[in-house]
Amino acid sequence: MRGYAGKFLEIDLSSGAIKELKFSEKILVDYIGGRGLATKILWDRLGSRWEKVDPLGPENILLVLTGPLTGYAPGTKICISGKSPQSNGVIGSTVAGEFGVDLKCAGYDGLIITGEAEKPSYIFICDNHVEIKDAKAIWGKKARESLKYLVKKSIEDIKTIKQNYGEVKEPSILYVGPAGENRTRVAAVMAKYTHGAGYGGYGGVMGSKKLKAIVVKGFGPLPEVHDLDTVLQFFREISKRNFELEHFRRFGTGAGGYYHGAVQSSEPIRNWQEEWHNRDSYRPEEFDKFWVKKYWGDFGCAITCLKLAVLRDGKFKGAICDNPDYENQAYVGTNLGIFSPEDNIYLSYIINELGMCGIQGGAVLGFAAELYEKGILSEKDLEGIKPEWGDTEAFAALAEKIAYRQGIGDILAEGVYRAARKISKIKGIDVSKYAVHVKGVAVGAHGVRSGKDDVAQDIGYACSVQAGDHTSAASLPPDRDSPAPGELRAMFLDSAVLCMFTTTLPFFKLEDNEIFRFYEAVTGYNLSREEWYNEKALRILHLQRTMLLLGGPDACWRPETDDDNPPRFWEPLPSGPCKGKTLDRKKFEENRLNYYRSVGWDERGIPKPETLEKLGLHEVIAKLKEVGYID
Amino acid sequence: MKGPIWIERLYERCSGCRRCEIACSLLHEGRIWPEASRIRVFMLIPGVEVPHLCFQCEDYPCVKACPFEALSINSETGAVNVDESKCNACGLCIKACPAKVPHMHPMKNHVIICDLCGGRPRCVETCTEGRWNALRVTSRERDFSYKSLAKTPEELTRKVAEKLYGKEIAREVYE
Repeated sequence: MRGYAGKFLEIDLSSGAIKELKFSEKILVDYIGGRGLATKILWDRLGSRWEKVDPLGPENILLVLTGPLTGYAPGTKICISGKSPQSNGVIGSTVAGEFGVDLKCAGYDGLIITGEAEKPSYIFICDNHVEIKDAKAIWGKKARESLKYLVKKSIEDIKTIKQNYGEVKEPSILYVGPAGENRTRVAAVMAKYTHGAGYGGYGGVMGSKKLKAIVVKGFGPLPEVHDLDTVLQFFREISKRNFELEHFRRFGTGAGGYYHGAVQSSEPIRNWQEEWHNRDSYRPEEFDKFWVKKYWGDFGCAITCLKLAVLRDGKFKGAICDNPDYENQAYVGTNLGIFSPEDNIYLSYIINELGMCGIQGGAVLGFAAELYEKGILSEKDLEGIKPEWGDTEAFAALAEKIAYRQGIGDILAEGVYRAARKISKIKGIDVSKYAVHVKGVAVGAHGVRSGKDDVAQDIGYACSVQAGDHTSAASLPPDRDSPAPGELRAMFLDSAVLCMFTTTLPFFKLEDNEIFRFYEAVTGYNLSREEWYNEKALRILHLQRTMLLLGGPDACWRPETDDDNPPRFWEPLPSGPCKGKTLDRKKFEENRLNYYRSVGWDERGIPKPETLEKLGLHEVIAKLKEVGYID
Repeated sequence: MKGPIWIERLYERCSGCRRCEIACSLLHEGRIWPEASRIRVFMLIPGVEVPHLCFQCEDYPCVKACPFEALSINSETGAVNVDESKCNACGLCIKACPAKVPHMHPMKNHVIICDLCGGRPRCVETCTEGRWNALRVTSRERDFSYKSLAKTPEELTRKVAEKLYGKEIAREVYE
């Protein structure tokens, strides 16, 4: 198979053992890389005792995987996975940056990280030089300081390996902030200052392994491809179409902070109590004022939809952040009653510095604020912090408490679902209706009540194997490719590991036949649309579904109650042009059943033995029998 | 453009897309190979991306420093050409360069320096096509010291960071 470096690195942090390993061509053809391959590795290694594996324990496996298209498609991502401390299933969580390219250039398609280091450590890779290094100097440090140290130290280290080379460029770095170190379930695996793989909570997994960072520098070329001319043709064609997206390039997802609220009524406001606003202060040009870079992107990107915002004066002076992008505009903006770009930039910066996921962190901050509003959490409970809507400094203070697990922060660090469980117990009141999540994952900032947001249909989050992940929403039909592509298409992107924005958006995309031809030009394997949607994607879906249903040890999902929207999504929208709208329960149940049937699950949402048989997943049948899901 | 050319670089505009590295390595190596690119984007601070390539100093200290006559000046474009068969990777040209631009080929035993693609720099083409315009081809003017622009990645990073982030933040995140 072309497009692969040909080997993976397995690093055991407990023993310090480092070895190379390969996967058979059959496995690469079937599971591709990234999310698909992660699912296969996790099932093979942990499937038999999945429900007993603690996601934040040494038995969990942290996967950092490229895919064959990484580096060849404009815009580069890397896929992080493992058993998720949020869903207790498998989530393929991607983050942008050059890491995937550097890793492939170093000669590796991915990293399989097991065990737990005795002391804070980081992994350093420079081609075939692989070392576990001491992270004492940066343990406890936030993003900027950690990166400053790692860049300088690593360049020195590379210079001793590559003597007389000339100036050495910085390596690529994935790292965690305090939120990850302290094993919170809302921590992201971070890159640069602002990029994060947030869904899944793998920052906490890195922290549980005492792994502060992974540093990689590759001096080789990207692996050979099957047909370079065709690969470059696709590269040019995708770029050409990206260049035409004048406004998306100009404003990025940051036009969404106004649009999703004002036009689509699908933006979280005050913990999803509302989804509509039309605040002029949140128009795109109000953010533009703070941009010092209007086009910012990562390796190969043609859109460069990111912006770089800096607060050079005022009370939040010193903050650096991206746009912020839409999810942060919403979750650490409107969701907290914040409608000022300056405050939003500052809070996004704080969240980034702590290494927290903007969505998961913003969701739990909004949840806490609503409990405070309703009088369930008192100022005393919050140790003097008064999280009133719009109070940016209060939210910043609370975020710090979460990242360091101090006081109430220790409970909120568990994320909305688990925090709700604990607070309900302590207070003797059921607060689960204020927790906006699906299967432990706070949903993306795209509401489903108005029916106007293309990202998710009514079953989008409820039936997704990645739960609340808006970049992987379930769809009807499952192979839907318009307007927003469904979960099976997202699964291809996350497995071949390429950027969704350069290839798959509601308003622009590479057609299915094109994307599979692109894949063929890289790998040499002729993958048809049917083969992907009717076989390979379903195999990955069933494995992800099985591990999600097995769950454990601290939570287990039941399809009849948990393949559902958060309680709040069943309340009518209280304001805006869509006032009164909500989901239709009967229609939802019909769609859910339809979805189950379309992907080969029974009416209870359990994978059918005959489907599993057809997909060759015999051990899954045995496992589901063992736990009583099938007779 | 006729006569010697120069690649103008407007660092604040660089998006960090590194498509210049892709274009350069594809032309010179037939592969996507960032480290073998003659233009390298340094990102010593996130957000501060600095495309770094030969400044073609008026007195060409690298050419003078080479004891093997492996470096020469292209009379048409003004670029520094490397004769790979003569270069023995001693690194003296790197030491002589005020900007520390030349670097070793990552897999071969010779130095690599921007050759202006013979007059049609592909890095500039890709940067122009994407409308970033961080790189532009200009004609090489007389009575101008190109060497005065030649700074190391660290020096340029400091300067660009101060411009983008302000002095205080730049110091905090870099020094």
